[in-house]
Amino acid sequence: MQVLSGYGLHHQNYIASSGHYSQGPGKMTSLPLDTQCGDYYSALYTVPTQNVTVNTVNQQPGAQQMYSRGPPASHIVGSTLGSFQGAASSASHLHTSASQPYSSFVNHYNSPAMYSANSSVASQGFPSTCGHYAVSTVSNAAYPSVSYPSLPAGDTYGQMFTSQSAPTIRPVKDNSFSGQNTAISHPLPLPHPPSQQHQQQQSLSGYNTLTWSAPGLPSTQDNLIRNHTGSLAVANNNPTITDSLSCPVMQNVQPPKSSPVVSTVLSGSSSTRTPPTANHPVEPVTSVTQPSELLQQKGMQYGEYVNNQASSAPTPLSSTSDDEEEEEEDEEAGVDSSSTTSSASPMPNSYDALEGGSYPDMLSSSASSPAPDPAPEPDPASAPAPVSAAAPVIPQPSKMAKPFGYGYPTLQPGYQNTTAPLTSGVQPSNPVYSGFQQYPQYPGVNQLSSSLGGLSLQSSPQPESLRPVNLTQERNILPMTPVWAPVPNLNADLKKLNCSPDSFRCTLTNIPQTQALLNKAKLPLGLLLHPFRDLTQLPVITSNTIVRCRSCRTYINPFVSFIDQRRWKCNLCYRVNDVPEEFMYNPLTRSYGEPHKRPEVQNSTVEFIASSDYMLRPPQPAVYLFVLDVSHNAVEAGYLTILCQSLLENLDKLPGDSRTRIGFMTFDSTIHFYNLQEGLSQPQMLIVSDIDDVFLPTPDSLLVNLYESKELIKDLLNALPNMFTNTRETHSALGPALQAAFKLMSPTGGRVSVFQTQLPSLGAGLLQSREDPNQRSSTKVVQHLGPATDFYKKLALDCSGQQTAVDLFLLSSQYSDLASLACMSKYSAGCIYYYPSFHYTHNPSQAEKLQKDLKRYLTRKIGFEAVMRIRCTKGLSMHTFHGNFFVRSTDLLSLANINPDAGFAVQLSIEESLTDTSLVCFQTALLYTSSKGERRIRVHTLCLPVVSSLADVYAGVDVQAAICLLANMAVDRSISSSLSDARDALVNAVVDSLSAYGSTLSNLQHSALMAPSSLKLFPLYVLALLKQKAFRTGTSTRLDDRVYAMCQIKSQPLVHLMRMIHPNLYRIDRLTDEGAIHVNDRVVPQPPLQKLSAEKLTREGAFLMDCGSVFYIWVGKGCDNNFIEDVLGYPNFASVPQKMTHLPELDTLSSERARSFITWLRDSRPLSPILHIVKDESPAKAEFFQHLIEDRTEAAFSYYEFLLHVQQQICK
Amino acid sequence: MAFTFAAFCYMLALLLTAALIFFAIWHIIAFDELKTDYKNPIDQCNTLNPTVEKVKKIKRVKIALKLVLPEYLIHAFFCVMFLCAAEWLTLGLNMPLLAYHIWRYMSRPVMSGPGLYDPTTIMNADILAYCQKEGWCKLAFYLLAFFYYLYGMIYLVSS
Repeated sequence: MQVLSGYGLHHQNYIASSGHYSQGPGKMTSLPLDTQCGDYYSALYTVPTQNVTVNTVNQQPGAQQMYSRGPPASHIVGSTLGSFQGAASSASHLHTSASQPYSSFVNHYNSPAMYSANSSVASQGFPSTCGHYAVSTVSNAAYPSVSYPSLPAGDTYGQMFTSQSAPTIRPVKDNSFSGQNTAISHPLPLPHPPSQQHQQQQSLSGYNTLTWSAPGLPSTQDNLIRNHTGSLAVANNNPTITDSLSCPVMQNVQPPKSSPVVSTVLSGSSSTRTPPTANHPVEPVTSVTQPSELLQQKGMQYGEYVNNQASSAPTPLSSTSDDEEEEEEDEEAGVDSSSTTSSASPMPNSYDALEGGSYPDMLSSSASSPAPDPAPEPDPASAPAPVSAAAPVIPQPSKMAKPFGYGYPTLQPGYQNTTAPLTSGVQPSNPVYSGFQQYPQYPGVNQLSSSLGGLSLQSSPQPESLRPVNLTQERNILPMTPVWAPVPNLNADLKKLNCSPDSFRCTLTNIPQTQALLNKAKLPLGLLLHPFRDLTQLPVITSNTIVRCRSCRTYINPFVSFIDQRRWKCNLCYRVNDVPEEFMYNPLTRSYGEPHKRPEVQNSTVEFIASSDYMLRPPQPAVYLFVLDVSHNAVEAGYLTILCQSLLENLDKLPGDSRTRIGFMTFDSTIHFYNLQEGLSQPQMLIVSDIDDVFLPTPDSLLVNLYESKELIKDLLNALPNMFTNTRETHSALGPALQAAFKLMSPTGGRVSVFQTQLPSLGAGLLQSREDPNQRSSTKVVQHLGPATDFYKKLALDCSGQQTAVDLFLLSSQYSDLASLACMSKYSAGCIYYYPSFHYTHNPSQAEKLQKDLKRYLTRKIGFEAVMRIRCTKGLSMHTFHGNFFVRSTDLLSLANINPDAGFAVQLSIEESLTDTSLVCFQTALLYTSSKGERRIRVHTLCLPVVSSLADVYAGVDVQAAICLLANMAVDRSISSSLSDARDALVNAVVDSLSAYGSTLSNLQHSALMAPSSLKLFPLYVLALLKQKAFRTGTSTRLDDRVYAMCQIKSQPLVHLMRMIHPNLYRIDRLTDEGAIHVNDRVVPQPPLQKLSAEKLTREGAFLMDCGSVFYIWVGKGCDNNFIEDVLGYPNFASVPQKMTHLPELDTLSSERARSFITWLRDSRPLSPILHIVKDESPAKAEFFQHLIEDRTEAAFSYYEFLLHVQQQICK
Repeated sequence: MAFTFAAFCYMLALLLTAALIFFAIWHIIAFDELKTDYKNPIDQCNTLNPTVEKVKKIKRVKIALKLVLPEYLIHAFFCVMFLCAAEWLTLGLNMPLLAYHIWRYMSRPVMSGPGLYDPTTIMNADILAYCQKEGWCKLAFYLLAFFYYLYGMIYLVSS
């Protein structure tokens, strides 16, 4: 029982409820364990979605139906009805728990009225509990929570019950047992064969109750507890509870007595429905029995599901405390947790930190492994942990120790390091903390902190970043090693806690105090975000109340200050909030009263498992729709083969759970749907030729469950590439196909992947060619960067409203007006991939790239129905967001999907002077539904110092971030105004900032072009931007290429964007192990960076250029034959072929080094770059040379000329 | 003293300007609502599941944003009237605004329907601020114009 991975916990909960179910029937042992799981799960889950579509069905008979039908297939329908019932009934009943997640959703969905009913009921019920257990003391507080776990169980029960039309009974009971009413409801379900049930569980799960039961308790009680309360309770609750334990037990015991009556009623009416119910219990048990499986999919699903359940229990409470909050949920707002706690629910929360948090099977699996390890022991342990979220019954401090150790295995070292300083920091009087904010109330502290703040900057020796650099004199401006993000000038403790620059960066790491100062510095102020980045380590917190500021809704973070044990001060709006009871307990140290040691306060990047308060509807399943162009052009290009192949290979790796749905559509001048309904012998193709008024031929069977129809899907994928080989249809009705896709997806939301190979030429949204090839290299005006029609934008907005994202794969050989087509992804939070001149045989490198990109695309993590809110300290305000999304409110981005490769940028302005604070914070909260149907919130918090002098502002410039922000702004400018405007603006950015800096220098060196060291790369990067495909003029650039580069600038995270703007050049013919790093037992050499100039290229060498999405290896004419032989595998330079895209695997040291270096570079980015080996003198070398941005071209300055130009402008 | 065509024009313009003032106020309120929406976290725009109140509010905002074209047309209409009445001074005073309206409408984002505001960029704080400022300026202009027309009408009628 000591285990406790987060998932385990949930299981337990799950069991609890299911247990109740099973007890009715009492015959579940015989059921096949494994098979049922999926069904149950899907049944329950599908309910919500079904509701959406079918919402008329709210009738009593329906409920009956549900129960009487056993098997999976019918399940879905039946359950829908049932759930409806549940929802309806729950409105009238207090006990909603098991069903609650649903019912509450349903309510949201259907009518606000229902919801309110629900909540009001809840409020009635809850208070009663409260009344009985005075909450004031700690033990008491824990007490009520004990009863909770059982709630879910009661709920399930309640559901059935009510559907049976016995609603009145409930309320009565509640009243009669008012004190324990929460407990009571649970007992009801359990009563019948508790002992049997228990035995079953034992036998199934190898539960040994005795071993883990609380010492003082008789084993029977124990059993009861388990059964009733969710079986598990282990957990993390406060040690103090022990004495109160007996009480809960008593409660639980009581019910059985009363229950018989009830149960008879139930059983009489419900006997028919037993089979399905029986299933449910079984599967949880299974998962329990195999702790090792916890991390596997099923386990996870359950866990998540349970999670919802568990967390849903408190929902009503919270709604009572804050009615208005309900509305808020859809954005990442959620219920006011702090108020909740204060009003009522003092449940100790459990939280389990899972490494990697999310999907163990993907990235984080290795990291997460520690947590599962302990699992081998019988589940009770694992179960308990989850339960604790809802039911912290267990009072065994000694035992708890272990679970915790496991829970946080990897985290601990980190914590230990950091905790020490922090603890001390908690006291307001402590300087460390006071540095954060100054409270007017404590003048002494105030001074201290301000002096400290000043100290931190000034006392340190003049930072290297401020050293003036004479740009025109310095020949080797580029450092030998990659440029790292500057570290904000904070004290050591804060530095340690601050958010990783990979996820969160600010262009100025020292925030100027006033807008005037910012204007003086002439630098852009903004944030660059990569919020959904793949993380190897991420604390995941499951807690009943997510602690947030009551007024600005900021999540508690490491930079808040604790005024005393009970109050914390928000670092964004400075409101003083109460620390909720449950937050006082620190599961990490298993101690009480140390809120500052909780993981939320120890990590600036955390992920919360959100309760149902954060949902507007039940979490949607993962739904994928593929919309494929099958016109002649597309078939000719041959992408279908590659796509179908990748899909077949990755079908099992598509992120999702047992509810995952998938569908296919193809289109040329007509639209083809594929009926993949389970039970068909082969996929059915349905053709809709009325493209003016598209309709869905069979709305139900076009999106099918991936697992139920897997064979059909595979058949289809095998057949697709050859189905259209003889097509003569050249038209493409993309618009109508998208409309159909939207109709198909709108009930659930999800991801639409569109593959398009030409200009859409039929129906709505048709486009004309707008590119004039003669204008490609024009230096004057570049037109048509904006969309030609708003059809795609409107469609995207509709999609976004229905939580559907559209991803575009454009594989065209001709102009296809990406500027218009891209709108479908831009505003629906999709992503865009472009493969110019794609052909599966003529252009194998593109084909290979598509294949690798698809692999990543299909298997990467995905978040659905997401919203992201960015908050910042009062005084700062955001304007202008960059990225792919729809801005729904001034600080709220609506993201139908979020993927780990999406980056965002935000421009900031300083609205009010920041003189009364020494630190500012930024917080992004990304609320999303994981592919496992779990609602999660990922929170990043960044803390930066405020400075008042211009020099300090310059000292803190993050030049890479600034460049990326400028690039984003330039894209906007070139679309809204013109490309030349954007280019001028870029040059002006350099001129202005350098001249502003020049004016601060005391010893006026007018002749020289001076820059602070932190900005020394600024001109170089701007020049690189000007020579980037997106902004260059004078070099022939296809319009689509240019637009694609712009799309990438807008949506790429900083690291990848930087490589695109300024490629890295390495010399690789003389790799040594000097300074090499070790990655996964491989030695990866780290050659120094070379500047991007032909002067660095020697004929005797070979150079690797890393441009982000493409690698070039340039081989000089006089390159050492040893290198050519050892690495390229050819005897001499002459025999190296013109087109070469792979390094052969040779068994030589230099080959190994080169390959390990390239692999290492490749691994660091999501989309696999293509490798081109370019011989000197081959025609392809032009492509290589165009990236040497420091050199002069016919149309553009060399770096030195650019500097002179800037200098000239400054002197003007 | 005579009730001339010019006097009629002023009367009409007076009435229409009153309507325009009303439009401008509505416009300002709409943008203010959009802007401050987020500041009250409890009361956020919920596009997924709008409550009745929300729908009303959204509708109000939408209506306000749709009044743009009528506003431009009304203004253009009485400019033409003044042209016919040969009130050169009044016309001259109105020309800048007329020109601004034409420019504004020409440079609107790509849209299939009539309208000026693009939902994808309207939330951009810069644009929001600009639109708000525009609203205030117009309100001031229409108010001044209102009294000017009043004066013009009385002057014409009484002379």
